[in-house]
Amino acid sequence: MSSTMTWSVLLGTSVLCYAIKLVGYFVPARWLAHERLQRINSLIPVVLLSALVVAQTLAIKTHIVLDHRVAGIAAAFAALLARAPFPVVVVSAALTSAVVYRLH
Amino acid sequence: MARVSRQTFRDALSVAVTVGAYGVAFGAAGVAAGFSVLQTCLFSLVTFTGASQFAAVGVVAAGGAGVSAVVAASLLSTRNALYSLQMAPHLQVRGWRRFLAAQITIDESTNVALAQAPLGPAAVRHGFWLTGSGVFIFWNIFTLLGALGARSLGNPAAWGLDAAVPAAFLGLLWPRLKDVRVRVVAGVAAVFALVMTPLLPSGAPIIATVVVAVVAGWSS
Repeated sequence: MSSTMTWSVLLGTSVLCYAIKLVGYFVPARWLAHERLQRINSLIPVVLLSALVVAQTLAIKTHIVLDHRVAGIAAAFAALLARAPFPVVVVSAALTSAVVYRLH
Repeated sequence: MARVSRQTFRDALSVAVTVGAYGVAFGAAGVAAGFSVLQTCLFSLVTFTGASQFAAVGVVAAGGAGVSAVVAASLLSTRNALYSLQMAPHLQVRGWRRFLAAQITIDESTNVALAQAPLGPAAVRHGFWLTGSGVFIFWNIFTLLGALGARSLGNPAAWGLDAAVPAAFLGLLWPRLKDVRVRVVAGVAAVFALVMTPLLPSGAPIIATVVVAVVAGWSS
């Protein structure tokens, strides 16, 4: 991966995310007051997070691959069902995935 | 300025430390994805919105195009526009302070601030500024530690870092899944992303799921 790419991703993400945060302090409230717009906006994190879980667990580029990461996510899922706090969820996923990876 | 209530201070500090500590995971993820320690730290200093930072480095780590990474991260941060809209009347910020307030307008600062409403308008403002700056400080310290740690670990998969990132996304998604309708939307999005994976360039299936949000949000 080239450093031009990593710098562009950093710059692009930073500029756009900041511009989005500025919106509410500069535009009149009624611009974003549409009920439908708010409903769609509240669902956007849900679909993106869901897709990110799938992509990062099951995909390598454009291929679907079942590997150690699946074991990690299963552990995270179990931890969430057991109402474990956030750091425990992430660490149990990492540990499980690492163990499976090293056994292979 | 009114005195900060003990309750507000405690709320802000506990959120700042817990969430901030999680910056370790971002620091590690950034380096594991191929960003330098400096770049990873700049994400936390400048971008400063956790889920989007994870999305940007996650898409890059998965071999996605730079544009996909930027678009996915930005879309994930659109909720911050609604947060700033909610906070603006409470903060009554003018001039350059708006630029400062914007930088720390995130999930945590907005939620802690609005939770202080029973304590009065001053507590809402204190909650926002204390939580926002507190998370900022801890998130950046821990990002640096995570980035340095990951650099010394070597192969990210051997330490489970490649599974830690999707686990983090699952953890962020989880509290939203209490509502049955939201659960259905999340399920449809997951299947949609999976089906699109072999068909679209890497990273694009994630962005494409916005269609699911638009359809679901439009109709109900």
